[in-house]
Amino acid sequence: MLTFEDFPVGRLGTFGPRHVTRDEILAFAAEFDPQPMHLDDEAARTTMLRGLSGSGWHLCSLMMRMMFDAFIGQAASLGSPGVNELKWLAPLRPGDDLTLDVEVTEARVSNSRPENGIVTFRAVARNAQGEALCEMISPILIRRRQGAQVGTQG
Amino acid sequence: MPFFEDIEIGQRRELGSFTFTADDIKRFARQFDPQRFHLSEEEGRNSLFGGLAASGWHVASVCMKMIVAEGQRAAREAAARGERIAIWGPSPGFRELRWSVPVLAGDTISFASEIETRRTSDSRPEWGIVQIRNRGTNQRGELVFSFLGVAFVPRRNAPA
Repeated sequence: MLTFEDFPVGRLGTFGPRHVTRDEILAFAAEFDPQPMHLDDEAARTTMLRGLSGSGWHLCSLMMRMMFDAFIGQAASLGSPGVNELKWLAPLRPGDDLTLDVEVTEARVSNSRPENGIVTFRAVARNAQGEALCEMISPILIRRRQGAQVGTQG
Repeated sequence: MPFFEDIEIGQRRELGSFTFTADDIKRFARQFDPQRFHLSEEEGRNSLFGGLAASGWHVASVCMKMIVAEGQRAAREAAARGERIAIWGPSPGFRELRWSVPVLAGDTISFASEIETRRTSDSRPEWGIVQIRNRGTNQRGELVFSFLGVAFVPRRNAPA
């Protein structure tokens, strides 16, 4: 199990690829974001995004899954209090193969719960051409190694 | 949807409410966020959340669902009155997203939007830029979710 200590500040890695199908884009949009640019090729052509694109929230959810598969699934994660900042930079397209660049920008022990750490991640999702689609900065609570809060004695 | 000129700071829209069932929570989690406290009642009870908790991205996606539904309702009403309908641009992102209280199975969350800032765009005079605080409140009145979204809103008399 990965703990707080396994996430020092610096580059964590590049993860993926995750192939995104047209059917997935349509299914997510139908349930959560049924706007024409996410559902209908013809209607999408005339919008600012010029063609069918995935919901930005779908992209966020895919980034969550990629982070789960990459490291959160093996970590003593306690959940996240939120997202500091998120930028949608370019549209998610059917057939995109996503990769995720992840770095730790801050790692500190929680003041209120010293048995836990707060690790802030910066994650950038890119398509196969390397174009950045989304940048997210978000803290995650991760348990410290057993006994870490006791100090350095012994 | 309103044009930039129709938008005032402090304007609030009720978006309606949504009840998160255990099945909904697990279905979303299996696909996007299979952390144990989003998949099992027992694991949820043993976690900081104190019960089967919805993925934060599930809560955010449901908020978007409510935003879209309310926007489409308002657009239909405006069309019925014979008014022009503003087509908002894609959002460049958001800030200050907070999952402040867990959303547990059976919780009913009421969503609302409030205009926080509005300004014209220097580089694109046909657009205004609006910041909107979206909030979700549970059946006990606790603020469970919020974020400050950014939207491009067309101006009513846009230069061609």
